[in-house]
Amino acid sequence: MNPADLANATIAGLLTGLVYGLSALGLSVIFGVIRIVNFAHGEFMVIGMFVALILFRLFGLDPLWSIAPTAIALFVVGYTLQRWVVSRVSHLPDHMQFLLLAGIAIMIVSGCLLIFGPDAQGVQVPYALDSFAIGALIIDKARLYAAICAVVFALLLLLFFKYSATGRAIRACADNYLGAKVVGLDIDRLYALTFGIGTACVGAAGCILLLIVEAHPYLAPGYTLLAFVIVIVGGMGSLFGALLGGILIGVSEQLAAIVMQPSLKSAFSFGLLILVLLLRPQGILGKRTT
Amino acid sequence: MSNPSPKPSPQRRSLIKAGGAAAIGAALPLRYAHSQGQRLKIGVLLPRSGIQAQFGQDSIRGIEVAMDVLPGRGYAAPELVHADYETKVDLARANAEKLIDQGCQVIIGCYDSGATIAAAQVCEQKGIPLVVNVAAAPAITDGRFKTVFRNFPTGPMIATDGFLLQKELFQMTGRPPKSGVLLHANDTFGTTQRDATVKLIEKFDMPYKLLDTIAYDPAAKDLSAEVRKAKSTDAELVWIITRLNDAILMVREMVKQRWQPLGIVSSGPGPYDDPFLKQLGKLSDDIVNLIPWFDPNKPMSKAMAGAWEKRYPDRNLNTSHSHSFEALLIALDAHKRAGTTEPAKLIEALRATDIKENVTVGPGIKFNASGQNPDTKNSGVQNRGGKLIPIVPKAAAAGTPIWPMRAWDKR
Repeated sequence: MNPADLANATIAGLLTGLVYGLSALGLSVIFGVIRIVNFAHGEFMVIGMFVALILFRLFGLDPLWSIAPTAIALFVVGYTLQRWVVSRVSHLPDHMQFLLLAGIAIMIVSGCLLIFGPDAQGVQVPYALDSFAIGALIIDKARLYAAICAVVFALLLLLFFKYSATGRAIRACADNYLGAKVVGLDIDRLYALTFGIGTACVGAAGCILLLIVEAHPYLAPGYTLLAFVIVIVGGMGSLFGALLGGILIGVSEQLAAIVMQPSLKSAFSFGLLILVLLLRPQGILGKRTT
Repeated sequence: MSNPSPKPSPQRRSLIKAGGAAAIGAALPLRYAHSQGQRLKIGVLLPRSGIQAQFGQDSIRGIEVAMDVLPGRGYAAPELVHADYETKVDLARANAEKLIDQGCQVIIGCYDSGATIAAAQVCEQKGIPLVVNVAAAPAITDGRFKTVFRNFPTGPMIATDGFLLQKELFQMTGRPPKSGVLLHANDTFGTTQRDATVKLIEKFDMPYKLLDTIAYDPAAKDLSAEVRKAKSTDAELVWIITRLNDAILMVREMVKQRWQPLGIVSSGPGPYDDPFLKQLGKLSDDIVNLIPWFDPNKPMSKAMAGAWEKRYPDRNLNTSHSHSFEALLIALDAHKRAGTTEPAKLIEALRATDIKENVTVGPGIKFNASGQNPDTKNSGVQNRGGKLIPIVPKAAAAGTPIWPMRAWDKR
């Protein structure tokens, strides 16, 4: 195997993995705080992709510039959903919550199919097919810009949780629900904010991903599954874990494809998942539950 | 409070019984007579949603155009009952049963080979004819089904024609490649064709050596690794067997990775589909599709193209359309000759099919003992400026080839 091919594969995996990581971050945030597994995760990302697509078609807006409006729109959707729908089933057994979110996921896919049809649709930005060449290394421009945006967005999120009063209050809810209630935190509002932040994250990831992947309604289930794999590998509820999981999955898939057969890519990432579940069930950066 | 209905008197009861018996008695011969000139009820079983939704929708368009053209050419308009199997094989089987339970006397479908085999098993069990629009797996017409009729080439037929068409192309242009790499979707269609290609390449004494075959998941969201692996072979010819989204991803990756082969040939759907042409624009140009196609010079093809232009002026006609059009033609022709909607008689009529006025390349439509049309042929169709131009064989061509393909940045 040519070392340049391996290096190219590693770089491509790293860049794609960072975008995967951002998308999984939304799932991790929601689970880490509200303890609800969002089965409509990939569907929210597809909504983000279609919003960016519409903005591109109407105003010629680059998907990277669509991140802010899309994230805000999806924040509102997520906030509303948690406040008026999900919160009403949060006291019910887990499977009831799963069913609610799976139902929402099916509705989103059907809605997208109705509005946008089954065809794959993408954006043609000037740098979409361009690449940087450094000797034998070829770095895809769209993938590089997407990865930079994913890192910036993830950093902003981490800063929000670490330094803002609201971020700290959300973390307090995640660490000690009863304690947070006792000190008078408005849990319902904070949960709605968290769900909103989670969906905003995944919406932003959708915009970024549109540079790499064509949008179509049936993308969603695959990305929901991928986000689960990433979050479980990285550690449920850990923000850094989600990013690390994304990178690991991205790089391992690329290397597996080039060293072995490309059709073994998915088998490799699921193999990694099984390994982590066996050796470190809480995930690489996850906290062990007592 | 309303009054309860009075209980019928014995005389009245007898009258009702007699009336009922008369009505049933009268209806029986009527029903029989009705079946003689009855409207044919056709179940159209396609993937209208799911990963192959694009192709299912395209197949429906072909049937719609056939409904515009064929009733004006002496065929009785049928009643169509549509069923979506969501690109799920188990649902194809269940929906085939439902269509038959709803009284469909013929099933048309199913685009996907796996789904077609599932539906064929049901049709065989119930004695209902299945007219295959698109599906290439050899197993469909290997003799196990007596009620299946396919006017679409098998995987080995596609591969055989693919080699012959390539030879003609290389001879016309005088620039044969020295090496090739095959990238294929890892599904029934892709692997069937891969197997046939690998098996037959020696037989055809091609000017190039196949350096590698690379299988990938057709639902993959990223094909950078696959393209990188193919590029590392440094092959001159890239042979692809794709669906749609994977074909788009593949060409984009080739451009991004600055891989400029001598040419790309495709023996699957994807590169000739409208979303591919629209989304890739100039980058979609020069790819040669070696596929089942229609002969633009046949009178029926001209009628189909005219009706198509009226209904879908912004879309190109393609394989899914032409072969679905022809599937309906086959069913209506059998109905016309059988003079009844009885499935057993329709099957007999289908076996005796001999349609000369058709749309696809080849001498016409006839089925052998296992239900396969062995004479259906492929074309080499080149993408050019968002249009699809048949270039080989010469007899069914509408333009001359551009080969080698132009550089990505010089279009």
